[in-house]
Amino acid sequence: MSRHKIKSSPLLFRPEISSRFLVVLQRNLLVYTKYWRSSMMFNFVEPMLYLAALGVGLGAYIPRIEGMSYLEFIAPGLLASSTMWATSFECTYGSFIRLQVQKSYHAIITTPVSLDEVVLGDIAFGAFKSILYGSVILLVFLLLGLVSSPLALFVPLVMLLSGLVFAQLSMIWTSLAPNFEIFAYYFTLLLTPMFLFSGIFFPVETLPLMARYLAWLMPLFHTVQLCRGLVSGQLPAGFIFNLLALLLFVLVLFLPPLLLMRRRLIQ
Amino acid sequence: MQEGPVSREIIVARDLVKHYNGRAVVDGISFQVYRGECFGLLGPNGAGKTTTVKMVYGLSPISAGELTVLGLHAGSQSREIRKHLGVVSQDNNLDPDLTVWENMEMFARYYGLRPAHIAARLRQLLDLMDLSSAAHARVETLSGGMKRRLAIARSLINNPQLLILDEPTTGLDPQARHLLWQQLREIKEQKITILLTTHYLEEATKLCDRLVIMDRGRILEEGEPSALVAKHVGPQVLELGLKEDPPAWQEALTGRFAHLLKGSWLLGDTLYLYTDGGNRLLQELQELAPPCHYHLLRAATLEDVFLKLTGKELAPADVEA
Repeated sequence: MSRHKIKSSPLLFRPEISSRFLVVLQRNLLVYTKYWRSSMMFNFVEPMLYLAALGVGLGAYIPRIEGMSYLEFIAPGLLASSTMWATSFECTYGSFIRLQVQKSYHAIITTPVSLDEVVLGDIAFGAFKSILYGSVILLVFLLLGLVSSPLALFVPLVMLLSGLVFAQLSMIWTSLAPNFEIFAYYFTLLLTPMFLFSGIFFPVETLPLMARYLAWLMPLFHTVQLCRGLVSGQLPAGFIFNLLALLLFVLVLFLPPLLLMRRRLIQ
Repeated sequence: MQEGPVSREIIVARDLVKHYNGRAVVDGISFQVYRGECFGLLGPNGAGKTTTVKMVYGLSPISAGELTVLGLHAGSQSREIRKHLGVVSQDNNLDPDLTVWENMEMFARYYGLRPAHIAARLRQLLDLMDLSSAAHARVETLSGGMKRRLAIARSLINNPQLLILDEPTTGLDPQARHLLWQQLREIKEQKITILLTTHYLEEATKLCDRLVIMDRGRILEEGEPSALVAKHVGPQVLELGLKEDPPAWQEALTGRFAHLLKGSWLLGDTLYLYTDGGNRLLQELQELAPPCHYHLLRAATLEDVFLKLTGKELAPADVEA
């Protein structure tokens, strides 16, 4: 009897994607309606604490930066970073619970929905949270008088891109994670340095030249630049490059989480 | 959803192999599952049953051999196959934050069905699995048996041509297990083709029309449960719990009663004598009076077949966590 060898190689990887990923997003949204209050609170309080302590407290001793008070300077940066945290929590701990504890991925991929669509649905949900939480904080900033340009209406677009990038990065980590403990490294070694050195608390121009180049490799740096430009109405000269950099991140990071999750689940 | 091919074979596996970390967990198995039957994969944990069903629904790529499901190629057309499958996997993978009804609705959507269009069917399935009164309860609050029943109701939403049940009663208490068997028999009545994996011989006996016995990735035997029992061990088994020198007694007894025995097996101190004349054997045994803790004459089961074929018990000390 003849035997065929069926090869599976990452080089032959073809994503199996249709609009079915929207159903996975819908599932996540439905679950979210059960706990949104507590989740929103947590993500909202933190940037407000930073804003109060650093912007109001520390800011009293700091001269104006780029023509802005310290409070005005850090507010858009905190807006940007809050979307990073919200998305990253969702697509690490949230996704890992679905993957490893609730086995939701396993359940869904017994139906015509593909694993690629499940991963994409989770990434879309991460981006949704970025837009939702970012918009709520933007609204509060508006009420606090920290928004000085109608260009701020474009901020949700930046949040979409930032949400996609951090969702994809987090999903890569999740697809490789053996346990919950490993996520602490992701937050401490990757996200916290980004939070501190992406130009939220001081302009990256104050850093040594090498560090400034390094900042361009950090998606949060671009989000901060764009948010600050749009909120203050003073877009930086290279804002189009910031936008292109975010788009490039989204494209480059598109396949790795799909591929890695397949390697984990389809064996 | 009866438009598919009307051929008799629902699954055809030929020399199916699955390598995993350099080891063949499924090692060249061939079998057919026919329309309308309940086909069992019976074997201990690690026999390759779950891997086999995962290949059927496309979650485990095939290393070698051929696998056709509903006339479609299991490797490349797996999405098309899954449209017509219902799968109840071994793990509990319901959405704990959602209600019973929401779980049903979401699953309908995964199959591209609009819950509003098939609300009547969803209600009927909950009825069938005795879950109607819990429709709006959160899954977290359900008992183990109810969760399992919901997983089965969920797997029937798309009116599947093939229902895969992977260890459907593992982890349930005996009462919940018996209730579930009853409901699975009702589903069987509807002539849905079922592929069942189990390590419970009682489950296999009660539900399967035909089965294969698997061990270490290979198929040892195939047939109807009762025919397998008749072929390998005969209708009855006499169990003797021997007090001293069991091997010597095995030799002595099998020699003396060769005319009554179809075979024997010694496991520890327990000697199993397979026979078609149990009462006569018991009578004649009185004369020899082997020193026994106990003796037990009972009907032979698939467990005895498995013991004879593999030399080990199927579900030793059947205790579930």
